[in-house]
Amino acid sequence: MLERIGQSPPEELTSVRARDAAFPSPFKSVLEYAPPARGTWNIVHTGMLIPQSHQVFICADGCLRGVVLTAAEMGTIDRFSSVSIREDNVLRGDMEELIIDGTADIIGKLPYKPRAVLIYTSCIHHFMACDLPRVYRILRERFPDIEFVECYMNPIMRKSGLTPDQLMRRQLYAPLKPRPIDGRAVNIVGNDLVTDDSSELVRLIKENGFKLREITRLKTYDEYQEMAEAFLNISTFPAARAGGDALSQRLGQKHLYLPFAFDYSEVEDEYTALASVLGCACPDFGPRIAEAEDALQRARAAVGGMSIAIDYTAVSRPVQLAKFLTEHGFAVTDIFLDAVPGEDKPSFDWAREHLPELKFHPTVHPAMRVRPRGGDETFLAIGQKAAYFTGTDRFVNMVEDGGHHGCDGIVKLAELIEDAAKVPKDARSLIQMKGLGCGGGCCG
Amino acid sequence: MKQTASIISVYTADVSGVASSLFELGGMTVMHDASGCNSTYNTHDEPRWYDHDSLVFISALTEMDAIMGNDEKLISDVTDAALQLRPRFVAIAGTPIPMMTGTDFEAVARRVEKNTGIPCFGLKTNSMHSYLSGASMAFEALAERFCDKKLFREKGSGLVNVLGMTPLDFSVNGSDASIKSWLSGSGFEANSVWAMGGTLDDIIGAGRADVNLVVSYDGLATARYLRETFGTPYVVGVPLGTDFSDALSEELGRASDTGEDSVSYDIRPDGWKPEAVIIGESVYSGSLAAAKWLQDEIAARVICPLETESGLLSPSDAMAMDEEDIVPLLPAGGIIIADPMYKPVCPEDCDFRALPSEAFSGRIYRKEILNFINSEIKI
Repeated sequence: MLERIGQSPPEELTSVRARDAAFPSPFKSVLEYAPPARGTWNIVHTGMLIPQSHQVFICADGCLRGVVLTAAEMGTIDRFSSVSIREDNVLRGDMEELIIDGTADIIGKLPYKPRAVLIYTSCIHHFMACDLPRVYRILRERFPDIEFVECYMNPIMRKSGLTPDQLMRRQLYAPLKPRPIDGRAVNIVGNDLVTDDSSELVRLIKENGFKLREITRLKTYDEYQEMAEAFLNISTFPAARAGGDALSQRLGQKHLYLPFAFDYSEVEDEYTALASVLGCACPDFGPRIAEAEDALQRARAAVGGMSIAIDYTAVSRPVQLAKFLTEHGFAVTDIFLDAVPGEDKPSFDWAREHLPELKFHPTVHPAMRVRPRGGDETFLAIGQKAAYFTGTDRFVNMVEDGGHHGCDGIVKLAELIEDAAKVPKDARSLIQMKGLGCGGGCCG
Repeated sequence: MKQTASIISVYTADVSGVASSLFELGGMTVMHDASGCNSTYNTHDEPRWYDHDSLVFISALTEMDAIMGNDEKLISDVTDAALQLRPRFVAIAGTPIPMMTGTDFEAVARRVEKNTGIPCFGLKTNSMHSYLSGASMAFEALAERFCDKKLFREKGSGLVNVLGMTPLDFSVNGSDASIKSWLSGSGFEANSVWAMGGTLDDIIGAGRADVNLVVSYDGLATARYLRETFGTPYVVGVPLGTDFSDALSEELGRASDTGEDSVSYDIRPDGWKPEAVIIGESVYSGSLAAAKWLQDEIAARVICPLETESGLLSPSDAMAMDEEDIVPLLPAGGIIIADPMYKPVCPEDCDFRALPSEAFSGRIYRKEILNFINSEIKI
């Protein structure tokens, strides 16, 4: 039973029409609320993708709490340890020793020997100017057969350069050691979710005889190290792009950024570029586009009179998706995001002109806590936050582009929309699970 | 090495204790932090988050604001939110970086209160102490700010304030309602429950209570404040099991008559030999030890990994904060009653009996957290 306090907030606090929205931040940065949609991955989930690795977090208990329980809920608590920072560590200035001795103590207690140890330092280390190079140098001397990976849980730096999410996706490949380049090997990098085998991306690589490696598909640390052989890295998720650049520069690999696009011409351009680098023919997209159009038509029929709401956690280009669906006859009325992604600027400009009544809503503004959820309007939501805020049980349960790509991805999404329209879901249970697709799952 | 946890969880921190203790009272809690504390709290520590629109926010502190000491943004943002949402009070709680930069929470609170006319208090949490510390601060602040000082203790009325009740220790399994029922059935009446299943108005009227019942360590400081302010005696204990609940109700009656404070659960006989170990919060675990003794004649030693006072433990009990200190105290072959996330560090041949705690394992075992208030202990 939902218990509400006070009155509903004025609409201007919780929505702005496209015609009036500012780019890239339609809403002022104020206090933040955290809605209970938890499907996106965090730095623990992502770090666990390195096979045979162990994580050590060094921070205050309040910061440890969320990451410890993330590991527990995903069933990997045996690959997770922690060192608590207490007041006397801050006052004594012995932070370097705390990390070194704590990590050594943990390694000594582990019933197995990890191939890599990911050490996550926190905001405190940054503010204390902790000598991390010294810490890592000593640990590497003491444990020469373990790779130590510099990771960060420093959200206070989220507006100072790369975000913690971007850093994590970059550091995910930091242990890779240079190897001779294999011109027949390709990596997809930086994704939390395995890219669909049916996607044109995977098919183009495999059907032309290239070896494909993706961290989500690997089981051993040795297999992981083989990623250093690839001549080409492909990133598809915006937060992975910087990591793809860094890795490719370090290992002398090529890098292509090919985001999941809701625009057939952009899809074709991406695959033309990829085919050129692979030295193969670009597939004929005519049949795939026809297939996508059929799937969209079926989805459109299933959705009927429902309004469509989209959030930024489901797809990395929510405004482009809104444009695409609108052009296919769907009634997209609401988008939940706190900032418009840079890549969405052209679609945002289009929406201001062609869809001026489209409503943008923040997800973290305090007023969203008491904004009524549900009502007379029937929604189909794409994304967990959109489902939560619209109060609907008809939603596409998807995060981070869902592993989809190309025209095949559009077909998949259309099928998910069709299914969501036909089959209600238990939003309360589903959206509270952390790390959708990580293999764990727990909710209250 | 102390401070390391090779495999077990950590108890939730003071800042979550603040939010949990104030959750149902119509206020607004602001965690002054970059990010993460709020989502950790509402994901793992707060079972009421989905269904109850309590106002708990984070200030979204940035590196630049921290370095430049820009408290004006915090004051401005809290003021705006308070004016928009009109909470009955505002609590602002600290985390590690504000501790390092020396944020003056009392001054920030004064400014917000002046701007809004809404009672506001700052709490010097830093995420390095347990939830008990934070909840204790918050309850005491509530008592100081809101309890009507014009009231008098109504001796012999049977009115009881229940102090220190949050889902972190009691989950949301009906324990709060059961305590009220037990009080009614024992000739008492709940005057206020701090703070589940009650209101801020109940707390305002706390001064008229005959006796205070402290059900966790985080209620003790408030009990002392209420004794000092209203002369109300307190009894420490949780009514677990039927026999111990009866004993506790007698102790409440005694406190009502004599005006003396007491810890109700140190009833294990002299020279007892521990057959079991209970790991957990001192008041709940001590009460459980007493209840197990009366119900099953199993003598249990309490290992408290959290803040407490020696007076809340028996001489044979132990305080052990870190995995390294706890492990040597766990008996091979004996009964260990603890949160399931302690099991990996327990001897393989022990008789492990699960006693999940939201404060330790969060929501993972929530459905297995049983309500033992005035009922048989089934572990």
